[in-house]
Amino acid sequence: MPMKLAKFAFASLTILFLVAPLIAILPLAFTSSVILTYPIPSWSLRWFEELFTADAWRRAIFNSLIIGTGTTLLATVLGTAASLGLRNRLLFFCGSIRTLFLLPMVVPAVVLGVGMQVLLAGFGLTNSYAGVIIAHTVVAVPFVVVSVIGALAGIDERVELAAQSLGASPATVFRRVTLPLAMPGVLSGAVLAFATSLDEVVLTLFVAGPNQRTLARQMFSSIRENISPAIAAAAFLFIVATILIGLAVVLFRSMLAKRR
Amino acid sequence: MAEFIRFDRITKFYGPLCVVENLALGIGKGEFVSLLGPSGSGKTTLLMMLAGFEQPTSGNILLDGTAINDVPTHKRDMGVVFQSYALFPHMSVGENVAFPLQMRRLGKAEIAERVARALDMVQLSAFVDRRPSQLSGGQQQRVALSRALVFEPRVVLMDEPLGALDKQLREQMQLDIRDLHRRLGVTIVFVTHDQSEALTMSDRVAVFNKGKIEQIGTPRQVYDEPATRFVAEFIGETNLVEGVVEAVQGQEATVRLRSGAHIVSAVSGSVASGQPVFLSIRPERVDLSETRGEARNCLETEVTDSVYQGDHLRVQLQNAAQPLIAKLGRRSREFPPGTKVYAAFSAGDCRVIAP
Repeated sequence: MPMKLAKFAFASLTILFLVAPLIAILPLAFTSSVILTYPIPSWSLRWFEELFTADAWRRAIFNSLIIGTGTTLLATVLGTAASLGLRNRLLFFCGSIRTLFLLPMVVPAVVLGVGMQVLLAGFGLTNSYAGVIIAHTVVAVPFVVVSVIGALAGIDERVELAAQSLGASPATVFRRVTLPLAMPGVLSGAVLAFATSLDEVVLTLFVAGPNQRTLARQMFSSIRENISPAIAAAAFLFIVATILIGLAVVLFRSMLAKRR
Repeated sequence: MAEFIRFDRITKFYGPLCVVENLALGIGKGEFVSLLGPSGSGKTTLLMMLAGFEQPTSGNILLDGTAINDVPTHKRDMGVVFQSYALFPHMSVGENVAFPLQMRRLGKAEIAERVARALDMVQLSAFVDRRPSQLSGGQQQRVALSRALVFEPRVVLMDEPLGALDKQLREQMQLDIRDLHRRLGVTIVFVTHDQSEALTMSDRVAVFNKGKIEQIGTPRQVYDEPATRFVAEFIGETNLVEGVVEAVQGQEATVRLRSGAHIVSAVSGSVASGQPVFLSIRPERVDLSETRGEARNCLETEVTDSVYQGDHLRVQLQNAAQPLIAKLGRRSREFPPGTKVYAAFSAGDCRVIAP
């Protein structure tokens, strides 16, 4: 019994440790004060109003959505194609190539950022949406690859062979069999890609110009300039959006699973 | 029977490993041919090459007189049934069976009608809207079967389709498939490692060993007239006895055993006097009695053990240095261990096999 209690206490403390920053910031989104500190004098939605009316914040939200959507599309297509290619076991150095795809996950973002800036400058893509989307895609692709490879590994290869023998061309096999079966993995990958883009600051600092300030970038700079509770409101939006997307994916996946 | 499929000097290497070696095989239209052999004997590889999933390293595969080596799988018009069923898990039973018809761009009404007929053929009409995962293994395999037959393919290929089913269901399905073959007259190439399955279902059986065909013939031929030691041992159970040919008279040969006894036996291939050979004697062809009978061949033996196996008695015998096994029907007498008996069999009940 004391052991059980100790376990429970330990688990609670770990969870508290993980969510403490959230607990610290979220209430401040509803403060009426102009500075980001406790205690909260009274409750108000003025900072959400600020978020949606102030030009800088509105643009930031808009930019995040554009760049997030672009990154999601690009990373999902590239990552899915890469995973399909990596299925070919006869491919030389298959293991090494897979590791290469996952490298951006572990390479320090600062290093990637510097490299990216030099490279994009060469193509004249710094300070452009395309540049930021490309940079975000580099860090988002590994998440898609991991997720889609997992889904593809669960497909019995013979199901695809059977489809071929029944008269389906390789393109039709992909469209009617492989893709639908890998869809849960592709969707999870897409969500992770969007989340990665939404959250990315370091690369954005290196490659984005003033016109591509994303929400994360805007929060980062505004906390240095003026400690306005609008940051807390933005953080609140972030968390709510993330939870909603997560729920949607769980729901969709269970729907797919039920159809099986 | 007109030849429909021809494997012309097919060789297949996986890296340095030769899995099929210079193989020739012809299959007639409407014929049911089993490729029988242990795992790794090349039978599945040959089927995969016929389906177009694998390419032969050298040699040609001809279908109706035309080489199909360069024809991709989806244009070969062959239905394939796998051991793992390989149904589309994201489609209903009806959608699974409709798939090959959709690929052939048939009209909706015709697709619906043919799907209904194909499912009716395997008694699964009631399951049209179910998912494959909601069906039992046997039902799933019947769906796979009707999916492979619904588009009236030129050939149906089956890769150990009954291997995942339990014994009773497997035997029922064997008869069902045989019945379907007779009704539809479709050409079937069937891969199995189960010899009784091959004997039950096939018009002809090709026995594979190490990438080569050891023997091809009707079930009766491969069982009663095994051409090689491998075939005799792989199909059913047999007693292999060493000896030397003393004389050959037409289709019969006299063989002297090491014990000095003489056996007169049928010959399938060609043997010469003085040649060391094996005799294959099927255990169920051996009769036991305490007195020397009329039979051409009679060996003096002693019963060492007798095992009751339900439908038959399995008697172990010792003749000089040579152990023998006899399977006796339930109506026959039982002999306690230690009894001296004569093991009798006719010349047609044993075979001379060149080693």
